[in-house]
Amino acid sequence: MSVRDVMAVKLREALAPTELEVIDESDRHIGHGGWREGGETHFSVKVVSPAFIGKSRVERHRMVNAILAEELAGRVHALAVNAKAPGE
Amino acid sequence: MSIQDTIKNEVTSNDVVLFMKGTPQFPMCGFSGQVVQILDYIGVPYKGVNVLEDEAIRQGIKDYANWPTIPQLYVKGEFIGGCDIVREMFQSGELQSHLAANGIPVKQGAGA
Repeated sequence: MSVRDVMAVKLREALAPTELEVIDESDRHIGHGGWREGGETHFSVKVVSPAFIGKSRVERHRMVNAILAEELAGRVHALAVNAKAPGE
Repeated sequence: MSIQDTIKNEVTSNDVVLFMKGTPQFPMCGFSGQVVQILDYIGVPYKGVNVLEDEAIRQGIKDYANWPTIPQLYVKGEFIGGCDIVREMFQSGELQSHLAANGIPVKQGAGA
C-alpha cells in the first residue's frame, strides 16, 4: 500500500470523515528540502469530520498530526492540513 | 538554561516570533516563506528564528508546542499555528484582529 493509501485508511478509521482527500503533492516540490526520489514526501490533506466540531484550528491539526505521527516521523516531510467540521 | 527555557524566553520576550527555515530575508522553505510574506504584508514587526542554524532549537521547538512541523508562529508567548493556520487566519482577517487585540500594531487596511 502506498503511503498515501495508508494515511487515508488511518484518517478514515480515526475520524469517520464525511469528506477526505489525501493528495500527494511531492511532484510540486522536486528538488526542495525533504524531497526524495519516488515522491510520497509532501502531502495535502483535506478532511471534513464531525470529530472537529467545537475544536480550534490548532486542536484539529494536532489530531491529524497524532493520527499520522508514524508517517510524519518517517518519509513524510511536509503535510498541509485543511480540517473542517461539516457545514463550515 | 535548558533548550525549553531558551525557547520560552524567546517567545515571551518578543511579541511576535516566527520559528522558520532560513531567515525572513532568505526563507529556505516554501512554507516558511509563505508566513514571512503574510507577516510582511500586514506590516507586523517580528523576530525570525532560523532553526536550520541550531539543531537543538529545531527539535526543541517541535516538543515545545507539541507540533511536528516548521514554521511555527507565536504571539505574546502563545502558539498560533503553522503555515496553513496562519494563512487561514490571515485570509479571514483573524490574524490581524488577534494581533491588534494583543496591542501589536498592524498596517491599516491590510486585509486579505
